[in-house]
Amino acid sequence: MRGTARRAVGWKPTLRWAALVALLAAPVWAVQPDEVLDDPALEARARELSKDLRCLVCRNESIDESNAELARDLRVLVRERLVAGDSDAEVIDFVVDRYGEYVLLRPTADGSNWVLWAAGPLMLLVAGAMGLVYLRGRSRAPGRQENALSPEEEARLKQILDE
Amino acid sequence: MITELGHFCLILAFVVAIVQMVVPMIGASKRWPGWMAVAEPAATAQLLLTAAAFGALTYAFVTSDFSLRLVAMNSHSAKPMLYKISGVWGNHEGSMLLWVLIVTIFGAFAAWFGGGLPPSLKARVLSVQAAIAVAFFAFILFTSNPFLRLSVPPFDGEDLNPLLQDPGLAFHPPFLYLGYVGLSMAFSFAVAALIEGRVDAAWGRWVRPWTLAAWIFLTIGIALGSWWAYYELGWGGFWFWDPVENASFMPWLLAAALLHSAIVVEKREALKSWTILLAILAFGFSLTGTFIVRSGLLTSVHAFANDPERGVFILGILALFTGGALTLFAARASAMEARGVFSVVSRESALLVNNILLAVACFVVFFGTLWPIIAEMFFDRKLSVGPPYFNAAFTPFMVILGLILPVGAMLPWKRGRLGRTAWSLRYVFVLCLALAGLVWVMQTGNSLLGPVGLLLGAWIVSGALFDLWSRTGRAGGAGKRLGRLLRLPRADWGKMVAHSGLGITMFAIAGLTAWEVEDIRVTQLNEPFDVGGFTLTLERVERVRGPNYFSTMGFVRLEKNGRKLTVLRPEKREYPVAKMPTTEAAIDYRFLRDVYVVIGDRQDDGGWTMRTYIKPLANWIWGGCILMALGGALSLSDRRFRVAAGARKAPKQGVPAE
Repeated sequence: MRGTARRAVGWKPTLRWAALVALLAAPVWAVQPDEVLDDPALEARARELSKDLRCLVCRNESIDESNAELARDLRVLVRERLVAGDSDAEVIDFVVDRYGEYVLLRPTADGSNWVLWAAGPLMLLVAGAMGLVYLRGRSRAPGRQENALSPEEEARLKQILDE
Repeated sequence: MITELGHFCLILAFVVAIVQMVVPMIGASKRWPGWMAVAEPAATAQLLLTAAAFGALTYAFVTSDFSLRLVAMNSHSAKPMLYKISGVWGNHEGSMLLWVLIVTIFGAFAAWFGGGLPPSLKARVLSVQAAIAVAFFAFILFTSNPFLRLSVPPFDGEDLNPLLQDPGLAFHPPFLYLGYVGLSMAFSFAVAALIEGRVDAAWGRWVRPWTLAAWIFLTIGIALGSWWAYYELGWGGFWFWDPVENASFMPWLLAAALLHSAIVVEKREALKSWTILLAILAFGFSLTGTFIVRSGLLTSVHAFANDPERGVFILGILALFTGGALTLFAARASAMEARGVFSVVSRESALLVNNILLAVACFVVFFGTLWPIIAEMFFDRKLSVGPPYFNAAFTPFMVILGLILPVGAMLPWKRGRLGRTAWSLRYVFVLCLALAGLVWVMQTGNSLLGPVGLLLGAWIVSGALFDLWSRTGRAGGAGKRLGRLLRLPRADWGKMVAHSGLGITMFAIAGLTAWEVEDIRVTQLNEPFDVGGFTLTLERVERVRGPNYFSTMGFVRLEKNGRKLTVLRPEKREYPVAKMPTTEAAIDYRFLRDVYVVIGDRQDDGGWTMRTYIKPLANWIWGGCILMALGGALSLSDRRFRVAAGARKAPKQGVPAE
């Protein structure tokens, strides 16, 4: 009772804004309770898959995080395919067939994409080899005297030491 | 009137910066002391003029002067004062003004506290710093002028994006810019040293405090941004591998590498050309970050102003500075030969491995961020590179880094024996292994992520503590060693604290990812439900009116074992002027875990959708970052830098006539 009374009072001054507020896109949310599948194992798979799929109308969000209608449709689609008995790979293929490669947040490794996946390890090898060559050079370098200071520096050093 | 004065000050600052760019550089090459000395007052004047311009813009925002285009587009008279002020840099033009203000602050500090530098190096450093300022003054004045007026001012403004109406905006960008721009000092030192043709131990010592300061600010800035995302975006994510986040992360990684390689330059006069290259690249990545945010080249949640013309201008600045510096580097790098000799197993080589790992990790982030553009341009594939890629491709480097860190940090300089150092750490390692095993047994499920994260984190932290303790030597009892412990140089303490911070952050990220509990449901009023050992009850929902928004506020009682802990108040807000809804999560912060509650829509049956998360170790992520920054600050306050700074009090010598 009390709660409703308060809410009524709270609403009153807002009537003026009601029209404006109504114009706002109703905030839809990432994964809604009504989307959740009854089978926890299936739902867990759906969540994992959703994290790898991009919401196409958003700026860089997965469908798992996104509030957009389209993301919701895609989430429901993924769940429908899972319930129909598709494997994870089949679901992904199904979505990619419809929406293109752009939908994948985890890029495939086929075609030119191998460069992307190999870039880190290759660079590590190159950098490691260069580092090793440098280290060998350093360890074999003739043990030169640490270079002497210039006369200016020597005067300055003397001044600091005298203080 | 004040606006016009601000505009005028900005133009004057531009002119002063041009003078500061040209005159001292000529003076340094001709050895004319008078010309070199111009740099100092010019840097001060530049700072004062830019600060005046910034003050004028702030004044316009505070007084809601809607005749200014920028204020009309990004402010509103009903907006709280804090956001009127922070709104100054909550938009493209204002944030660029903040950027250039920080450039001039760093320039002025180098002028005031750089007394210990040789006059010609100092003149060149300030000249290069002014060149950076000139480029950005030109950018602001010619493409993004914040002081433009409207011929017909509106009655009220269009308000700031509600997601930005948060204390986070007040602190996150300034710290981030202090970091980005702080790296410009390292860049200026590197370019000045290349022109001078001389890099020695002293140079390493001068450049390190600036890099350290920039890195501290970047650490705080990134941590603040991450925390802001955590509580504001409504589902508790803290890192998204978004292009703009990557843009701030890449300079951080390179600055961390630079910090470590500068130690080698300072102590052993080796890795010189590599350190110079890092200094150039670190600032280059800062500029790249600015370019990515402003150009709209990549889609990002942070994209600010998507104006191709501005993008091209910044690309020009980026090409000019990075390209110019790299050309200079190619021409001069061979002149800087290393002096220190050390064996393949030594502290020097350990720091080299650190640098390789950090630089390659940065390269992976860079390549992944740009790959969608490369793929579209050259292979005609439109694709995305998202968090799953970065998690898979980036994390291994951090794991390797974490594993070798405690051993590398204890290797002696010049020549060490890997087996010996590793063997001294055997008890520490066994202890960490036992701890991880214990947790693996205790946790439900058998994911290895949590235990491995704990192993790594505990290994780094205990390794850092062991390192500090072993620095007290073997002689004397525990009491004597304790005494010596307190007298160790602050740099040693800084190293321990910063490394521990890294370990804690690594552990926290793994733990949070592994042990998070999530619950999504429709709940009726006063109907308790359990999540991860807690009992939550939605007691009532109210409409609340804020200064410039309306809110639907839920009151959620949080209990554990029948004992009431707190009442959480998650909100859903609507900002009528900006026409945008936001969710405000309610979080119960505790040492070991956060309880994170979000309220959603009302359902037809009178229930409300609610999402609840139990987030273990969430605070530890940022706690670790704070420790890293604190470690940096301790290191920065080490005596050897203070002595170098104190040296400027010595009577000024005349420059020898040549």
